[in-house]
Amino acid sequence: MSRTGLAFLLGLGAAALVPFILNDFFTNLASQIICYALFAVSLNLIVGYGGMTSLGHAAYFGIAAYAVTWCVTVAGMDQLSAAICALLLATATAAVFGVLALRASGLSFLMITLALGQIVWGVAYRWVGLTQGETGMRFPARPQPLGFNIEGARSFYFFSLIIFAVSLYFVWRVVNSPFGAALRGSKDQPRRMRMLGHNVWMIRWIAFVMSGFWAAVAGLLFVYFQKFVSPYVVSLQQSAEVLLMSILGGASTLAGPVVGAVVVTLVKNVASTYVERWNALLGLIFIVAVMFMPHGLVPGCQALWARMRRPRPAKLAGPPGQGQAPSAEHAS
Amino acid sequence: MSVAALEISGLTKRFGGLVVTRDVSMRIAPGERRLIIGPNGAGKTTLFNQITGDLRPDTGSIRMFGEEISALKTRHRVARGLSRTYQILTLFPQETLLHNVVLSLLGLRFERWDPWSLLAKRSDLFDLAQESLQQVGLGSSGRRRVAETSYGERRRLELAMALAQKPKVLLLDEPLAGLSPEERNGISALFAAIPRDVTIIMIEHDMDVALAFAEQITVLHFGQVIVEGTRSEVVSDPRTREIYLGE
Repeated sequence: MSRTGLAFLLGLGAAALVPFILNDFFTNLASQIICYALFAVSLNLIVGYGGMTSLGHAAYFGIAAYAVTWCVTVAGMDQLSAAICALLLATATAAVFGVLALRASGLSFLMITLALGQIVWGVAYRWVGLTQGETGMRFPARPQPLGFNIEGARSFYFFSLIIFAVSLYFVWRVVNSPFGAALRGSKDQPRRMRMLGHNVWMIRWIAFVMSGFWAAVAGLLFVYFQKFVSPYVVSLQQSAEVLLMSILGGASTLAGPVVGAVVVTLVKNVASTYVERWNALLGLIFIVAVMFMPHGLVPGCQALWARMRRPRPAKLAGPPGQGQAPSAEHAS
Repeated sequence: MSVAALEISGLTKRFGGLVVTRDVSMRIAPGERRLIIGPNGAGKTTLFNQITGDLRPDTGSIRMFGEEISALKTRHRVARGLSRTYQILTLFPQETLLHNVVLSLLGLRFERWDPWSLLAKRSDLFDLAQESLQQVGLGSSGRRRVAETSYGERRRLELAMALAQKPKVLLLDEPLAGLSPEERNGISALFAAIPRDVTIIMIEHDMDVALAFAEQITVLHFGQVIVEGTRSEVVSDPRTREIYLGE
């Protein structure tokens, strides 16, 4: 088995122990982390692998959350149909928004995604007839997948963990597939990719739609967990936080956004009980991370680990300055 | 007269008031080795960019094996057998040499849309990539990352990526730029080994290598074709000497 596979299973095993070690409060917190971790992983598909930084990703997350609530409470659909409709609607929105946003790249792309996200927020906030505006909508009860009751903290945690593991596996396959290679190539050298025969626009659009789909799955988890949805889920704050998770943990790695989600959610929920200005604390963590690990926590720790494990004879035996050689080469 | 591999006629491109390509016409026969020379700013790379579709010409036509391609997107021209290397290295520095060539192979294959199978397990692609690397003398370096290789090796990789696509028309934009004399000789030997069913158009400043390589030469100056003909015709033409050789 590959090292990645082993790490994945070990992480999963450790995560499965959480409800047996911690109480319900922390198990619920862990469920919340899983939801945001999936959200951050979905965003990272376009940010880290595709080089498309979006500030409107909460749109797909939130549309799925609103849609499933609306389908269940207003349209009276059963849970499964409601979930499927919600995923379809959110993914279709990503498909349309992708066409609009991908007319540009870089900063302009970011601004368009921001604007589109704000439109969705505006609808959630203002179209009271549809969304009940500021009041928000209650989601009556969690679904019962395959007849299992997931109302309890522990059972819901396992439900989330399974969804998360399956989703992460899918994303891992995409990232390591020929399509994933083409996506990364389009991030680094779009012009060269075109000259090699690749359809860079289509590659980006497909990645964007995939990313929207996984964000929608995270949105479903969120509303199942909270049993409540309000304009906050589609807010800019939400989009910015998930982007922060992705970048803080290390975009362009699969584990990075997961670690980012753990850190940000813990700071938000745990530190906020002790520190009133937890937003400032989050900002401080981000600044420190950017200063010392500019590529994010996961790549930063990997580099640190590699440096600690490397024996030092090169430094003792070699001529001075030899240790600098790899980094100089790297820069060229 | 047989159909030309590449036929450019009346090509003009302006950037505002600056005419970078002025009514350029040239006809390159299948299998020909054509050299394009001219001082810096003569519009050589700009011409390449129009052939590949990076730039749209204002007027004129470009035909590849009889087919008008000037309205096609770059990737469609590539699918029809056009390939190029860049003067300024355009590689994927964090990836291995093999991965770079695999990306090139994928460009012409439908599998590039496959989001599920693991690329690392596609040994067929990696074997093909390995062959291409071998062809340019990089057979033992495939697992190294581009960032860890020398400049000369990167130049070779550029060529391997282009050749891996089995192009019909190959554009080489200063493939020897920045290399030492020994490296130049090594790479020019590679050009000689490219089969004759590939038509090659090369921009190059190194006259020794370029003149040994070329059968037909076009001299560009201020975006205009000044002289065109066989090697000896062009070299002996007084206008060439005036513009380019500086005599």
